[in-house]
Amino acid sequence: MATSTSTSTAAPAVVEEHQFPLPPILTHPSAAPPTLITQGAEGRLYKTTFFSPDIPCALKYRPPKPYRHPVLDARLTKARLAFEAKVLERCRREGVPVPAVYAQNAAAGWIAVEWIEGAPVRVKINEWLGQRPKNEEEERSAAEQDQGPLIELMKRIGAAIAALHRTGVVHGDLTTSNMMLRPHTKKTTTTMTSEQTNGVSKEEEKAKLLEGDVVIIDFGLANQSQSDEDRATDLYVLERAFASTHPRAENLFEHLLESYKQSFKKGASVLHKLEDVRMRGRKRSMIG
Amino acid sequence: MALETLRIEHVPSDHHVYAALFRDVQNVDFLQAQLIGKNPEFEYAFIDASVIISRTHLFAAIFRALNTLIEGTLQTPNVHSDIVIGLSPTNNISESYRRYGLTPSKTRDVLVIKVVYPKLSSENSTITSEQLTPESIWQHLTTHIQGTPVPLTNEEFAKSTDWVKVRKYYKLNGMPGVERIDKADEEGRRREMEGLIISGIALRGL
Repeated sequence: MATSTSTSTAAPAVVEEHQFPLPPILTHPSAAPPTLITQGAEGRLYKTTFFSPDIPCALKYRPPKPYRHPVLDARLTKARLAFEAKVLERCRREGVPVPAVYAQNAAAGWIAVEWIEGAPVRVKINEWLGQRPKNEEEERSAAEQDQGPLIELMKRIGAAIAALHRTGVVHGDLTTSNMMLRPHTKKTTTTMTSEQTNGVSKEEEKAKLLEGDVVIIDFGLANQSQSDEDRATDLYVLERAFASTHPRAENLFEHLLESYKQSFKKGASVLHKLEDVRMRGRKRSMIG
Repeated sequence: MALETLRIEHVPSDHHVYAALFRDVQNVDFLQAQLIGKNPEFEYAFIDASVIISRTHLFAAIFRALNTLIEGTLQTPNVHSDIVIGLSPTNNISESYRRYGLTPSKTRDVLVIKVVYPKLSSENSTITSEQLTPESIWQHLTTHIQGTPVPLTNEEFAKSTDWVKVRKYYKLNGMPGVERIDKADEEGRRREMEGLIISGIALRGL
């Protein structure tokens, strides 16, 4: 089952659930209790429901930082959440695949966004790579032919980033963990799969693994920028992250860049800049 | 047919939200006059149902207003008028009343929301919330609203939605996020627009 990985990562979170006091907004009644999904450097992410019990949502909470002056802390938290919300809305209106904003109270430190079904791209790619033949010789022969679906996924990621950059937003922390692969929502899917599983070959089943829409999440470090430099840095961060998370697929990154270039008018000059960024790293030179 | 109690996630349990939808209301001008005259017996949110696309759309506005009520940052005299302006993605309050509230001789279908919550004793109200029950509210509504009550379902909302107005008010015309979806995929477009409407409601004032 595709869900096995996501449940195993969620399981320890349930145990830790009561380590932190819930943000006030989540202390009010809901159909199912909120669960802590992750604890990041800046905040906590809860899965809960919004408006109605049948609408799942992700609620991001930035708790007050005791080491900061309270006035400054409140102002920073509010400004960052407000910015994140605005970036999400702008992307959404422009057709970049990102979660919708359901509600926010930046002053109270929370924002509730649409829950994206599926799994992080990181999980899906590793699942895919894990299924490939372990034997090196077999792998080499299989490599050329059966990477098709993964190449397709790389292209879709490239196109999603191109759409993001086209709206004048840079993500700031692109990794395969900050992208979700959302299964297509066809009404027939559930009945189809149960009937078809027996007849479907292993190959087809494997190809299904990487199906779905790429949805970019976590805009906590996003920025507004139209500069090639910032866009190239976005790609560079992803390139480095990709190489260390999926070393076996490192050679496929070029497909992502190619698709980025094709879906974005300014793509070519961004890729040119990427060469420079690669030479010196993410941090811009302080000279000049 | 009776008043529906809306259960909205993450709302304090002592805040009760009731709602009803009336079709072909004949006395919109009377209802509007009670609001303008600040008749305390008519402390309701009266909404022109043609600007509502779904229950979730409505819940988003109610949630927002309840949140400001709890935070003590209401922008209008009470939570009911805040629900009406809560529907708006813009900060212009009088425009919001005009667009989402009642318009005599134009509004046909009226959506009524009543919030009952423990008021602080300092708050001035001739009717204390404790005296209000779903039954008494329903009785009051049916006595004074000349219209046909229908259930608050997405199907009923869909029947009266004026998409020309909705698309204009929420600035959805020509939005790439909507336009990129195939015209034949009506449900997909509707869902995308709902997402944008809710984001607009959530982000007002940022």
